[in-house]
Amino acid sequence: MTIRRIRSIHTVAFFFLAGLALNVGCSRTAADKGLTVAGSTSIQPFADRWAEVYMHEHPGYAVNVQGGGSSAGIQAAKSGAADIGMSSRELKDDEEDLLEIVVARDGLAIIVHPENPVDDLSLVQVQNIFAGNIRSWKYTDGPDKEIHVVTREEGSGTRGAFQEMVMGKSRIFPRAIVQDSNGTVREIVANDMASIGYISLGLVNERVKAVRLDGVEPSHEHIEEKIYALVRPFLFVTDGPPKPAAREFINFVLSREGQELIEREGLIPVFRD
Amino acid sequence: MTRLERKESLIRIALLVVAFSAISVLVVITIFILEEGVPIMVKYGFKRFLFNLDWYPSEKSYGLLPMVIGSIMVTFGALAIGVPFGLACAVFLTEFSSKRLRRVIKPMIELLAGIPSVVYGFMGVVILVPFIRETLGGPGLSVLASSIILGIMILPTIISISVDSLEAVPPAYREGSIALGATRWQTTRMVMFPAARSGIIASIILGMGRAIGETMAVIMIAGNAIAIPRSLLDPVRTLTSNIALEMAYAGGEHRQALFATGVILFVIIMILNTIANVTSKRRKT
Repeated sequence: MTIRRIRSIHTVAFFFLAGLALNVGCSRTAADKGLTVAGSTSIQPFADRWAEVYMHEHPGYAVNVQGGGSSAGIQAAKSGAADIGMSSRELKDDEEDLLEIVVARDGLAIIVHPENPVDDLSLVQVQNIFAGNIRSWKYTDGPDKEIHVVTREEGSGTRGAFQEMVMGKSRIFPRAIVQDSNGTVREIVANDMASIGYISLGLVNERVKAVRLDGVEPSHEHIEEKIYALVRPFLFVTDGPPKPAAREFINFVLSREGQELIEREGLIPVFRD
Repeated sequence: MTRLERKESLIRIALLVVAFSAISVLVVITIFILEEGVPIMVKYGFKRFLFNLDWYPSEKSYGLLPMVIGSIMVTFGALAIGVPFGLACAVFLTEFSSKRLRRVIKPMIELLAGIPSVVYGFMGVVILVPFIRETLGGPGLSVLASSIILGIMILPTIISISVDSLEAVPPAYREGSIALGATRWQTTRMVMFPAARSGIIASIILGMGRAIGETMAVIMIAGNAIAIPRSLLDPVRTLTSNIALEMAYAGGEHRQALFATGVILFVIIMILNTIANVTSKRRKT
């Protein structure tokens, strides 16, 4: 009991100091008594777009979008620190008591350098490359070069989704290069002929090549027809039924306007007329 | 008590409070890190943190050995590059250059210290990493790249403290040696270096402290793989990058394990600082 009390005192002291530092910079977030949406950094840029348009159409409403990661977002929704949590992975067993709403879908693309002759890999090959069993491109009908595997850091929602959909029980091998954002993974793959990585499909550009998976091109059509294997849901989670303000925002997100907004940004909408 | 005396003691107390608030931050940080990090180390056993190769927080496996070795490799790599260059520069500035040249060069070197580390990291990613990848092979993000960038980053520390300690040697030493017929280089090697030794050692240790604590630049160029590198061209992860990379998402035991990483780093840095203090104290006597 005392230990817990002491810890909470330290935590309070720490956050007090951190709060002092933060308050100087952005007192605005503290002043706004509005809706707080927090969680996955993969969803954050899209949630920012939603919030921007929503606030423009509903003057007087404030929607604060914060990052922190899927796990932190789910925790925040559970504890009430956020009205809506964002998660880019499925809920775990101990999180099942929360209410989840799929707000969009995102494809996961396996990317290589544009000049890499390999443009088709099987799911099994991808798994073996990331597990460190296939170490050279020559086993995938490519040049005789060592494969440089690029992955995301432990705890990232994108890594979590990749682990679940591709790796299953096997581990991503420890010699893989670790980067902490979709952007830096893409940057490394765009510059290194021998590298392979995975990023959100919406962020693939002309500097990298998304390979076909078991012969299936990663595209919106193939995801909607459910033939492309690597698709993950973007979730909004709430603790019980959402409060009126949160419900109104979720309704906007699921409306045709909200869905078209993120379709333009590269995500796959959940509804189609 | 007169009014003046009262005012005096009031100011004294005010200054005391301000001074101690600075120290109290240190105390708060120390207690916080220890309290968050130590329980998990006790729970899993110290050995499973320090002598375990697997860092898979999602499977509750928290081996820090690759990061400890990574930190040490990168730090000594940085010293291997920074110390020869830094000392050569310091000797040139104090013994072989004109006063006018020194007045131009020394502020420029001190300016190096003011460049934010993210800029060094960016230069590394844009210039050094592709260069290593194309000429030496491997992914480019490597022990070698981080050692070179960190070696440059610690130059200002090593140079300015070494210059100060070489300048602090009484001029009579140098003059005496030259009067005995020794050349400039002989004087530097046999008189100046031994006389300034403790200051030079302190500069190296402070440089070492900077190298081991650097985070941003290292995350950008080290590759951050969680395995002990087999060559200088392999990617590596340091203790500091481990914390910074995973802090944003970590919760529960994973977060505590990152604090445990901080505890290990804290201990290593404390040891370095103690050595630095002891050597610089010896200088005065």
